Amino acid sequence: MTVGEHEQHGHHEHHEHHGHHGHVSDFEARTLALESLLREKGLVDSRDVDAMVSCYEHDVGPMVGARLVARAWVDAAFRDRLLQDANAVMRELGISNEGLNIVVVANEPGVHNAVVCTLCSCYPWSVIGLPPTWYKSAPYRSRMVREPREVLREFGLELDDAMRVRVWDSSAEQRYLVLPERPPGTEGWTEDELVPLVTRDSMIGVARPTARAI
Amino acid sequence: MDVDAEIAQGTGAAALPRRNGELVFTAPWQGRAFGMAVALRRGGRFAWRDFQERLEGEIGAAGPDDDAERYYEHWLAALERLAVDTGLVDGEELSHRAEEYRSGLRDEVF
Repeated sequence: MTVGEHEQHGHHEHHEHHGHHGHVSDFEARTLALESLLREKGLVDSRDVDAMVSCYEHDVGPMVGARLVARAWVDAAFRDRLLQDANAVMRELGISNEGLNIVVVANEPGVHNAVVCTLCSCYPWSVIGLPPTWYKSAPYRSRMVREPREVLREFGLELDDAMRVRVWDSSAEQRYLVLPERPPGTEGWTEDELVPLVTRDSMIGVARPTARAI
Repeated sequence: MDVDAEIAQGTGAAALPRRNGELVFTAPWQGRAFGMAVALRRGGRFAWRDFQERLEGEIGAAGPDDDAERYYEHWLAALERLAVDTGLVDGEELSHRAEEYRSGLRDEVF
């Protein structure tokens, strides 16, 4: 199965997992049970859970990462610091890395970077939101390491043979963010103008930002 | 300073590139399970590493043919394990409570 095919099946529901007796599924029941117990014990405030869900579902998205990338494109000193110690830069900017160690890897002429998590689905979600379905899929996780060029081609990214491909396998300790190359035709653009060009996929390394992306 | 504030809040004039996003939770319980884990970690109830190990275990056990859609099922299972292992909740109490919800004995929603 290709990554592309897998993605198309991403939103199917799992009717078979629903319980037979009640009107809530097994997963709903277990989630409600855990949250109600944690709440009764004062370990979790449901409003905090609401806030976390809303924050990562609606607000963070790829936006935080896109800002970092766009600023790195216009500010060489910022770029250097970001590549050296992304966690320190994020701390200075008041961005929570949620206890993850974020490492930024830069694309350059002749070198393309891409990110995968072969073990599960470690993802720098504090900077680019929650992982897309295909990132969590078994085909992507296994094939990206074995045949990255083929996988990237399926994403529509053709790399010529001279291009070195570096695949970074994320772990619980280390999360990678790709700093894509600034697209041609954007000379003189401001940081704000560049931000919308920086797509989530380009920060995972399965796409390139283009000046036409808007 | 404005830009820094924008980054911190993850919002701003450029707005969210939603075209580039996709629905990440296919059911509300998935968001609750995600939010609970983050809220617990923020509250210093466990180290992320401890959660991650269990999540890797759940996903690893599901094998290579596993459907990505089941990700939050593994997430929930890992969170349950961690909550029980660290004594945040009692295992039997948790199963009992889940059964109450499953059977409709308990139906409050929050």
